[in-house]
Amino acid sequence: MIPLQFYLIVAAILFCLGLFGALARRNAVAILMGIELMLNAVNINLVAFWRYVKPAAPTMDLAGQIFALFVVTLAAAEAAIGLALIIAIYRSRDTVNVEDVDLMKW
Amino acid sequence: MDILNNLFTNIYNAINAFLNGLLGGAGLRPDAASAIVAAIMGLIVGTVVLLFGVGVVLTLIWLERKVAARVQDRVGPNRVGPFGMLQPVADTIKMFIKEDIVPTNADGLVHLLAPVIALAPAVLAFVVVPFGQGMQPADLNIVVLWVVSVSSIGTVGLFMAGYGSNNKFALLGGMRAVAQAISYEIPQVLTIVPIILLAGSMSLVQIVQKQSTLWYVFVLPVGLIGFVVYYISALAEVNRTPFDQPEGESEIVAGHHTEYSGMKFGLFYLAEYFNFFIVCTIATTLFLGGWQGPFLPSWLWFLIKTYALILLGMWIRMTLPRFRVDQLMKFAWQVLVPISLINIVLTGILLMFFKVG
Amino acid sequence: MLTSQFLTYVAFFVLSAIALIGAFLAVTLRNLVRAALGLILSFMGVAGIYFVLEAEFVAIVQVIIYIGAISVLILFAIMLTRGLMTSAASTQNSQWIGAAFVGMLMFAVLFFVAITTNWPLAQPHTISDLIPRLGADLVTTYLLPFEAVSLLLLAALIGAIVIARE
Repeated sequence: MIPLQFYLIVAAILFCLGLFGALARRNAVAILMGIELMLNAVNINLVAFWRYVKPAAPTMDLAGQIFALFVVTLAAAEAAIGLALIIAIYRSRDTVNVEDVDLMKW
Repeated sequence: MDILNNLFTNIYNAINAFLNGLLGGAGLRPDAASAIVAAIMGLIVGTVVLLFGVGVVLTLIWLERKVAARVQDRVGPNRVGPFGMLQPVADTIKMFIKEDIVPTNADGLVHLLAPVIALAPAVLAFVVVPFGQGMQPADLNIVVLWVVSVSSIGTVGLFMAGYGSNNKFALLGGMRAVAQAISYEIPQVLTIVPIILLAGSMSLVQIVQKQSTLWYVFVLPVGLIGFVVYYISALAEVNRTPFDQPEGESEIVAGHHTEYSGMKFGLFYLAEYFNFFIVCTIATTLFLGGWQGPFLPSWLWFLIKTYALILLGMWIRMTLPRFRVDQLMKFAWQVLVPISLINIVLTGILLMFFKVG
Repeated sequence: MLTSQFLTYVAFFVLSAIALIGAFLAVTLRNLVRAALGLILSFMGVAGIYFVLEAEFVAIVQVIIYIGAISVLILFAIMLTRGLMTSAASTQNSQWIGAAFVGMLMFAVLFFVAITTNWPLAQPHTISDLIPRLGADLVTTYLLPFEAVSLLLLAALIGAIVIARE
């Protein structure tokens, strides 16, 4: 049996790579890619906890998987809205570089 | 009768028993022996299924050319072998010895990987199809979704071909292919939902078993609507005329495989017919009762039904002209998606009040 | 038993390597299309990890939604906003060293927590009728979040169409 910690460490590395991508990239689409990676890492944790950790109540023994499914749904909604925003910005400003669209800052 | 029906399962069992006896006699530990036998049997089944798939594709290419010729009042290939049946073999040899051309400014790695990624999912989908009674290479309670998911990976291969070629026609064709595949995947999945509701299972084996008395296409009206919508969106999903905008010759040369030659092009060709065969087998399994049928062996029934659907597809291809791109998208989102949604609701009502299925 | 356990370990390490290498390519490559393809590789690896965890439904959903929908959306967005991205300017911004530092710090914290916490472990269980149970739970125990997520998806659908329309 693979120890739970192995999954947690893989998820942690994935999360930190995603975090790095979201913080260090210039292109808005690439930032979104980093965020998707972080959501994936969270999902690995949820499913690993579902398999290894004692559920709080017997009726909730699928909670980990169900919440992973909710996260996937949210990720889909987030990607759709995020990319629509990026395309709208590209139309009006001709750039997807996040450093060039900080109009609210002065 | 029974001998023919169980022919392939008996061969499988015989080889399995032989290997078990061989390894057991060699003095291996029982658990190691059974693991090795399972691995060898998996390899054998995989190889047989793959060879069968390639064989099917070769016959399909021949059949397509013959049917096209008949529809257009020609004779078709008739030089190589009896009735020109060895023509696909000759074509394959020609493709093998052709030069492999990579455009100068192409993204080499992506260009190389695209045909592989287009073909691999088609092969993966093959391993869950129940070809006859007890003749499914693998069965899980989610194989219906498995088929859907692997077909969505193939889309990425088409995009990679379009991007990697560094050619505007290839890019246009790739973008069209992806947009079309995504749009038509939705009605395709939504028409599978009523079948899952009727059968109460997502296992293809159980879906076939539930159809022993009544094929789901005859569960009126939902089965028939579902079958028609599924078949149309399946034709669109595999980019066949009248839905072949991604490679429309008169508009964008050859679409995503404009810049491909030699065996890389051959892989795309193979993937196309593999996919066509698979959507027909899935339609047979979901709506036409799979291998269920009287008198003949189960696997023969399965092949007869599948080939009937394939011939229907070829007939449609030779008869109808190509859609325009905007008509195509409108058709998917404004006609097929609403119909399949209504179909799901109807199925729920039928199950609730009439206890069908 | 020993053979299958060994194979599980091999599968886990290979799939984790695929997921992590793909993620690394996705956040470092300069060519954005290649980065997105690395992202797809990473999603595949994660789906495989779900299979090792015997959560096959989540694995299939991962492939259908992440690879079939989200990655393709991202690829589309990259192609539609291509004009600027071909310029030779660096794709990392000026704070990338700080970002790397924050990432490593975060990893150290998560690593420490994962190793030192005393998890309330249970005997790993497999549920034979997983799919029917998932379906039933979604419309009983988790009905409210399920409806909320449906509403959110509808709102996102309409919102995306309104925002992206010319």
